[in-house]
Amino acid sequence: MLKTFAELKFPGRLIAVEGLDGSGKSTQIYLLKRWLQVQGLKVYFSEWNSSELVKAATSKGKKRELLTPTTFSLIHATDFADRYERHLAPLLRAGYLVLCDRYIFTAFARDVVRGCPHEWVRGIYDFAALPDLTFFFKADLEISLQRILDGRPQLKYFEAGLDLRLSTDPYESFRIFQGQILEQYLALSTEFNFLVVDANRLVEAQQSVVRELIAQRIDLAQFKRNESHGVAEPAIRNSLWKQAEPYE
Amino acid sequence: METGRAVRIKSKNRVVVPRPSRRRFYGHGIPRVDVEKLAGKLIVVEGADGSGRSTQIARLVEWLEGCGHATVQVGLKRSTLVSEELEQAQNGNILSRTTLSLFYATDFADQLENIILPALKAGFIVLADRYIYTLMARDMVRGMDEAWLKNIYGIAPVPDAVFYLNVSPEELVQRNFAKNAALDYWESGMDLGLSRDLFDSFVKYQTAVQKVFKRLQATYGFTIVNGNRSVEAVNQELKKKTSSVLAGR
Repeated sequence: MLKTFAELKFPGRLIAVEGLDGSGKSTQIYLLKRWLQVQGLKVYFSEWNSSELVKAATSKGKKRELLTPTTFSLIHATDFADRYERHLAPLLRAGYLVLCDRYIFTAFARDVVRGCPHEWVRGIYDFAALPDLTFFFKADLEISLQRILDGRPQLKYFEAGLDLRLSTDPYESFRIFQGQILEQYLALSTEFNFLVVDANRLVEAQQSVVRELIAQRIDLAQFKRNESHGVAEPAIRNSLWKQAEPYE
Repeated sequence: METGRAVRIKSKNRVVVPRPSRRRFYGHGIPRVDVEKLAGKLIVVEGADGSGRSTQIARLVEWLEGCGHATVQVGLKRSTLVSEELEQAQNGNILSRTTLSLFYATDFADQLENIILPALKAGFIVLADRYIYTLMARDMVRGMDEAWLKNIYGIAPVPDAVFYLNVSPEELVQRNFAKNAALDYWESGMDLGLSRDLFDSFVKYQTAVQKVFKRLQATYGFTIVNGNRSVEAVNQELKKKTSSVLAGR
């Protein structure tokens, strides 16, 4: 589609974060969500691979190592389509700020590394509009790897990219896999004008940059929640600290 | 068993060895699959519910195995990966169209990679009870983009033969009632809101699907078989055409 929601005249705006596992992007988008909520804005948050409907099939496929690059790609596209059609697009029509932890670029990078043809993957996601802002959390490969490997001695089959036969050692395989994904991200960063955040810096320093860039580019006052509509979720949730995990 | 010397085979015991076909994918194909090695044959039977697909496939299998060919059957919504979940989601009627479409594509791809391609590699005759054309036609009737669908299903190998059992919507209604005394919600296209009346909706929907099939026929060139005839008459025609395929004609 190659048009943003703003270009398509949606009243809402979509902000996506992308980056390697362990780049700290989930922490950053959480803090961003809190900032917007505290201002009383209409915010919705959506995570990659989280559609209830598709989850059972995906986890079965992963557990039994049934997935091939093609079915891996298609099942994640199904998950994305479900969230897109059911939540993202309607909420953007209703003037929400939608925050996405990973968006189509995750598939563009990962599926291509897995060997799916570039044009095929792009074609599948053609039904989706582009984010209005995409933040790319760029950390040194070693730092991202360390954040993951520190807390998790056991790497699962697909997250380590073992299906690619890059190495029989899961750690080595994970390193090579992540390195290749990083290369794809760097190319995408130029093509899709990612806003690059230096993810080697402290949490607060990164968050300041994110907030500043958003305030410059989006007129947040437009997204005020009508207080009479109530709040969809509790304002305070103790979920900030979580050990970084590789996405599957 | 003698070794080093060819066994003399009497002609009545001789099994016809199929002529190799020139295999290709519709589009990008599947990563790391060598198309040259897919030695078997892929035969597709398409048609609406009640067009006699399963009966015809069962008869073809009987006949082919009797002739000494190894066969395997595939069909829609039969994958290990997503068939249960797809069924569940469909019963709730909660999927939007792109999601449903991709769910079916996942189901197809799973069977393609785990059954169709390995079986073709092993020299089997694969009989597909419906193929990408039904999936595309259903989506196209629902207004989805043809180019988008073609890209996705570029993973599919081009079959050696596609038989489309063409049966008039009126005859389909009669056959469905004779079998189940009911029309299926999805096969009646009730999600499209063509009519609140199931019977009306069925006829309208099947007419629309047939129109799309005619359009697809121009691109994919499948063989249209008149399915309004008796099981036996249709079967004779399918056997004759399948023989030609095996002989490489």
